[in-house]
Amino acid sequence: MKKYLADWTVKENIPLRPNYCLIKLSPDGEIPEMMPGQFVQIKIDNSPSTFLRRPISIHFVDRRENEIWLLVQLLGEGTRQLAQIKPGDQLNLLYPLGNGFSLPENKNALGFSVAKSPENKPERLLIGGGVGIAPLLFLGFELSLSGCKPTFLLGAKRKDDLLQMAEFEKYGKVFTTTEDGSYGEKGFVTQHSILKSTRYDFIYTCGPKPMMQAVAEYAYKNAIPCEVSLENTMACGIGACLCCVEKTKKGNICVCTEGPVFNSNQLTWLI
Amino acid sequence: MADLNINIGKLSLRNPVLTASGTFGYGLEYADFIDLSKLGGMVVKGTTLHPREGNDYPRMAETPSGMLNAVGLQNKGAEWFTNVIYPTVKDLNTNIIVNVSGSTIEDYAACAEQMDTLNKVPAIELNISCPNVKQGGMAFGTNCKSAAEVVKAVRKIYHKTLIVKLSPNVTDITEIARTVEAEGADAVSLINTLLGMAIDAEKRKPVLSTLTGGLSGPCIKPVALRMVYQTYRAVKIPIIGMGGICNWKDAIEFILAGATAVQIGTYNFIDPAVSIKVVDGINAYLDRHGFQSVKELVGGLECG
Repeated sequence: MKKYLADWTVKENIPLRPNYCLIKLSPDGEIPEMMPGQFVQIKIDNSPSTFLRRPISIHFVDRRENEIWLLVQLLGEGTRQLAQIKPGDQLNLLYPLGNGFSLPENKNALGFSVAKSPENKPERLLIGGGVGIAPLLFLGFELSLSGCKPTFLLGAKRKDDLLQMAEFEKYGKVFTTTEDGSYGEKGFVTQHSILKSTRYDFIYTCGPKPMMQAVAEYAYKNAIPCEVSLENTMACGIGACLCCVEKTKKGNICVCTEGPVFNSNQLTWLI
Repeated sequence: MADLNINIGKLSLRNPVLTASGTFGYGLEYADFIDLSKLGGMVVKGTTLHPREGNDYPRMAETPSGMLNAVGLQNKGAEWFTNVIYPTVKDLNTNIIVNVSGSTIEDYAACAEQMDTLNKVPAIELNISCPNVKQGGMAFGTNCKSAAEVVKAVRKIYHKTLIVKLSPNVTDITEIARTVEAEGADAVSLINTLLGMAIDAEKRKPVLSTLTGGLSGPCIKPVALRMVYQTYRAVKIPIIGMGGICNWKDAIEFILAGATAVQIGTYNFIDPAVSIKVVDGINAYLDRHGFQSVKELVGGLECG
């Protein structure tokens, strides 16, 4: 897939409680093909301690408005700088990067045949934690277009960290957990009752590594194909520097080009 | 339009801008962003005789105005380069220079010998300065005796342009430069990364799996400029300067300090199109100051 380097114009920058922002951006021309699970690298100006670009996953592609959405957690200087940008400002983007999640019609999918559920729509579960929910909105949207029935299971520390709920509800059922029990079921996503009561055909997950490892373990024990999206720290984002490698059964490979999405059984996680 | 052509040993370059090893993959990673044939050359990823897995993750730490890396020469080996990469890059119409590394003198020589057979690889850059491998690498480049041995062994079997990449992690870089010149190096390139470290205060742990790594980016530019300036006064062979170049102005500074050509490294990560902007910027500078050729500017620093 061809990659691009261009300035995009900020259309909106919406602060989300407690420390997130939702940035909507448009390019000069039309948005090229992008896959759910892919990311962009944003150049950060005016922040002396931020040298490298910031990789941010594509939250949503709104083709009608010709916008992409980025959901950003304010973690350090770079992301705080992003929170300051205003409509009309320009951001320099490198995109679209990485491989993306497998979609049913994707001929390059990892080769898993998806069992059909009774009403003949494969049931796919999308499990997100914290800001890791970001790529799952775009994924849920694309799945719903391709004849799948996405269900979202989203976890956070507390109610305030559950973001964009109304958006997720547009494309499928949404279940939630919070660690403090302030919303949805109390506990971690892997403790949610839906995992005991419903059998899914495919699981996608993105979030903190311990959460994804627990999800991958659940999938493995139940013989469900599972894709995880990693967020190793990276420099170039295009497979040149080999900084972001993950140890896989085939050796060290770049998360930025051969990932960020991996089938969990490609990895050497002990599950 | 000034004349940007330069020569390094037997190598003729259409302009003095190359991309630095380890920051540019095999070039193809950047083909969507720039016309590779507009580069003076590309120094491709460090290659060893046998495949190497590199170091464990984490291998990178961002630092003020730079970054540390501890990749550890991950590559699939000389054979793989020859069979898989070479056919895809040989007709890119730019100078492909392979960065050659090894754990032993025999490995360096065998890898260089293989590169000698590739028609469209007109030069190698001998890496005696990688700080991220346990054996070899920087160990060869930090004392004159071992630097001399490895260059001598490679010079014996390698017939094309031999560039030796020097480590800044030494007391006096000019001693090493003179030593490799005496052993037949056609040029030196400097500097490789500076040995550094990053610590996570909250976790009370080192950031890199290897504890230390190589520092690069604009934070090292003053050190690199000083070393190019000193080396220019110590050797007669051409110098390829690098270390934190982010724009044409940085490149001009290196040329004034004595570099015949420059390499752009870490900044490719921030702006994948920077190398071509530097070529254009050098050209505009020469026109603006009335120089006919970039060669007139080499070592042109006026110290009053």
